[in-house]
Amino acid sequence: MGKVVVVTSGKGGVGKTTSTAALGAAVAKTGKKVALVDFDVGLRNLDLIMGAERRVVFDLVNVIQGTAKLSQALIRDKRVETLFLLPASQTRDKDALTEEGVAEVIGKLRSVFDYVFCDSPAGIERGAQLAMRFADEAVIVTNPEVSSVRDSDRIIGLLDARTVKAEQGEQIAKHVLVTRYDAARAARGEMLSIDDVLEILSTPLLGIIPESQDVLRASNLGSPVTLSDPLNSAARAYIDAARRLEGEDLPVVVPFERKGFLDRLLGRRAA
Amino acid sequence: MNLLDLFKRRGSAPVARERLQVLLAYERRNRSQPDLVSVLREEIMAVIAKHVQIDQDYLQVSMDRGETMSTLEIDIQIPNKSARPLALSA
Repeated sequence: MGKVVVVTSGKGGVGKTTSTAALGAAVAKTGKKVALVDFDVGLRNLDLIMGAERRVVFDLVNVIQGTAKLSQALIRDKRVETLFLLPASQTRDKDALTEEGVAEVIGKLRSVFDYVFCDSPAGIERGAQLAMRFADEAVIVTNPEVSSVRDSDRIIGLLDARTVKAEQGEQIAKHVLVTRYDAARAARGEMLSIDDVLEILSTPLLGIIPESQDVLRASNLGSPVTLSDPLNSAARAYIDAARRLEGEDLPVVVPFERKGFLDRLLGRRAA
Repeated sequence: MNLLDLFKRRGSAPVARERLQVLLAYERRNRSQPDLVSVLREEIMAVIAKHVQIDQDYLQVSMDRGETMSTLEIDIQIPNKSARPLALSA
């Protein structure tokens, strides 16, 4: 029986889709069977980030409405054999998703895959609630910034109230993934610290992803950063986070600013 | 990796630009009318369905939309009907 993980945040633009792709690819690279499900009906983007946008034939709504089989809608990744994508529909609105339909699709995926990552839309409406509904675990993507932390707190409240697990009196395992962490700004005291974020949200930390040009590059190329540039600092942070998600006990290292000799000499700050 | 990749690495923005152009051209066209590849898919399926019953479990459809060319691949396993009547007549 596979594990269902929702990647959520409340706030938009914090890195849910990027993180879904990077974490999913990192787990799949270890040989596990992984399905990535895009729940952002009408505004899908996971296909673009995964570089599969030209190959979408059927989508989640087709499967729920019975016009396509699940096996027909799943797109196999060209780089990692065990990685699959179930795209969201681009033309229909969020009301096309029904709870029964989503339950059936997630149930089937759970029986075939080791991990099912649900990429939630932003917001706290129907789409976001359906994405988290059947999850066993949640990755809450947060930027070290006031509005993002506030929205994360709201989402944590929903995870504890509106998921099937919570309604059955069980705890849904929650992890905070801090993204776009800027070590230079943190050193200058211009950004909420990791301790601040964790204390406010009182939720364990899955990882800290440093702000990186390579993440943008990966999106441009249509490849998760953990595949396109696995040695990059952001990719390594995602790979470690994926290992923690699989239960490994790895200490989290807060990224620090690495200054070159010249920078030190001239007192320059890293960009 | 070939030599060209070394040069390509310099900027990923041109790749992003090209990918977006292809995708958006398709999506904009699609808003007013279904694209040709989808229409072909539907019609080809309808023709096949007239002659044999298509088992959804033995059907895979894949597409690849390119800038200048798209491909449509329909993979259907059609049960071999001749096997049974032959056995009966033998």
